[in-house]
Amino acid sequence: MDLYSILREFADSWALLALFSFFIGAAIFVFRPGSGPLHADAAQVPLRERATPMTAPCACPACTCAPLPEDTK
Amino acid sequence: MDYLKLVTLGLVAFAAALLASLGHDLAYKVHAAIIMVVAGGMFLWTLKGMEQDAPVLATPTGYMDGPIRYGVIATAMWGVVGFLAGTFIAFQLAFPALNFDWGQPFTNFGRLRPLHTSAVIFAFGGNALIATSFYIVQRTSAARLWGGNLAWFVFWGYNLFIVLAATGYLLGATQSKEYAEPEWYVDIWLTIVWVAYLAVFMGTILNRKERHIYVANWFFLAFIVTVAMLHIVNNLSIPVSLLGSKSVQVFAGVQDAMTQWWYGHNAVGFFLTAGFLGMMYYFVPKQANRPVYSYKLSIIHFWALIFLYIWAGPHHLHYTALPDWASTLGMVFSIVLWMPSWGGMINGLMTLEGAWDKIRTDPIIRMFVASLAFYGMSTFEGPMMSIRAVNSLSHYTDWTIGHVHSGALGWNGLITFGALYFLTPKLWGRKEMYSVPAINLHFWLATIGIVFYAASMWVTGIMEGLMWREVDANGFLVNSFADTVEAKLPMYVVRGLGGVLYLAGAIVMVWNMWMTIRAPKTVAIATPAE
Repeated sequence: MDLYSILREFADSWALLALFSFFIGAAIFVFRPGSGPLHADAAQVPLRERATPMTAPCACPACTCAPLPEDTK
Repeated sequence: MDYLKLVTLGLVAFAAALLASLGHDLAYKVHAAIIMVVAGGMFLWTLKGMEQDAPVLATPTGYMDGPIRYGVIATAMWGVVGFLAGTFIAFQLAFPALNFDWGQPFTNFGRLRPLHTSAVIFAFGGNALIATSFYIVQRTSAARLWGGNLAWFVFWGYNLFIVLAATGYLLGATQSKEYAEPEWYVDIWLTIVWVAYLAVFMGTILNRKERHIYVANWFFLAFIVTVAMLHIVNNLSIPVSLLGSKSVQVFAGVQDAMTQWWYGHNAVGFFLTAGFLGMMYYFVPKQANRPVYSYKLSIIHFWALIFLYIWAGPHHLHYTALPDWASTLGMVFSIVLWMPSWGGMINGLMTLEGAWDKIRTDPIIRMFVASLAFYGMSTFEGPMMSIRAVNSLSHYTDWTIGHVHSGALGWNGLITFGALYFLTPKLWGRKEMYSVPAINLHFWLATIGIVFYAASMWVTGIMEGLMWREVDANGFLVNSFADTVEAKLPMYVVRGLGGVLYLAGAIVMVWNMWMTIRAPKTVAIATPAE
């Protein structure tokens, strides 16, 4: 087979399957159990903006990174 | 270090001077001269800086807002230039005498048209995207921009690209690819700048102190990475001579056409959509002061947009040498794309749930809402026009131009104006814009301008499509091409007036920004000028 036909064959089968499964997988992954609080926290990111960059990341994984008192102006 | 810089700049200026005298064509010579002047200026600037004792530099701590301030001003300035060029060429189409004899060939429609498209898309839109992405990525990562002065390089390097592109069009250097007209050396320069942009953006995300990468940054990242890929593949060309601007494309025939519209449609999809959605997902929640309606929907919106847009390009090539399967693929993906687009629009609009009154009281929110409404309208119109049967009527007519402008003026323009009104007081430490009624005036001028524009283009586009296909009882065409041109004149004048209104709105905005920036400070700037 020439290169074009090989690529067409591949594009119509495995590549299509891989792309489609990744997409469906990503959509399903969004609804995984326990994602709700994470998404709610992420949605708050622009609203808890700090006046200056933070020097250290949030300490604990469970922290919600609520704004420090001196940041809220 | 400074000596190394001086030597490099000196060599660049010398090489550019040499190329300016050896170059084969005018555009190449002028570009070499521009580079010579820029390198020479930087040489003198570095030399001047060396005379002073180097101040002891404390490590800068705040957000890096200098390049963003410059970007905001550049966005407004290029916006006015681009709208002015667009309004002028709209009247050139209505009144051909405006292609002045004394200006030939530099000021005719054919050379000003790419100047207009590049000025609004890449200069106005591109500067807006760079400035807002730098602003947003710092705030949502709680980290300073990565790479120190690299962000300045991105700003100045990108604007040098725009100057080279714009002067090249006027002097006749073009590779004849729509929205990718700049010749080979300008393309190489943009690639270098774009890699630096990616490095600054990625570096900041990797440095983030926030746990999450906020969804706006996903959209910006997709925009930066995809545009890099599109730009490189579509601009694969071999220069005829290293001393001239002319180059030859690597692809030929239908492959070249397909590559061009793969690029062209994804320039819309990733430059004008993904990047601006990044702005939307930050500024709408911020201005409404409430989180985005559904974060889950925003993630699905992201992946659906990324997976679908990249296949939609072939709908630009219906009824051509392109195989039917390819144009059908493009059509199907374009129609499917309608859903994620409206998902995103709904997500943006519903963010205002419980705060709908702000549409009445806050002109900036009103701009964002109108912008999303135009996004929704043009992402319905686009899939419809990609259907082969509809396309056979709409293709080559002004309906396409109307569609593009309801997206560009409505969605991209209004959201950028809203972002500029949001950013200007914040970046210069003012409480709010100098004149809020002027924002309101700008909103109405822009909206009525768009309505004039889109409505006249619908009428004239469908009219000329029908006139072209009209046959008499014996199967002969009824109208000549010139008949359609004559019939279109009133609509062309209305379109030009729409442009005048839109331009007037932008000038009101520039005045308002100017007054805001020079007004006395009311709030301490979080990060002083650097």
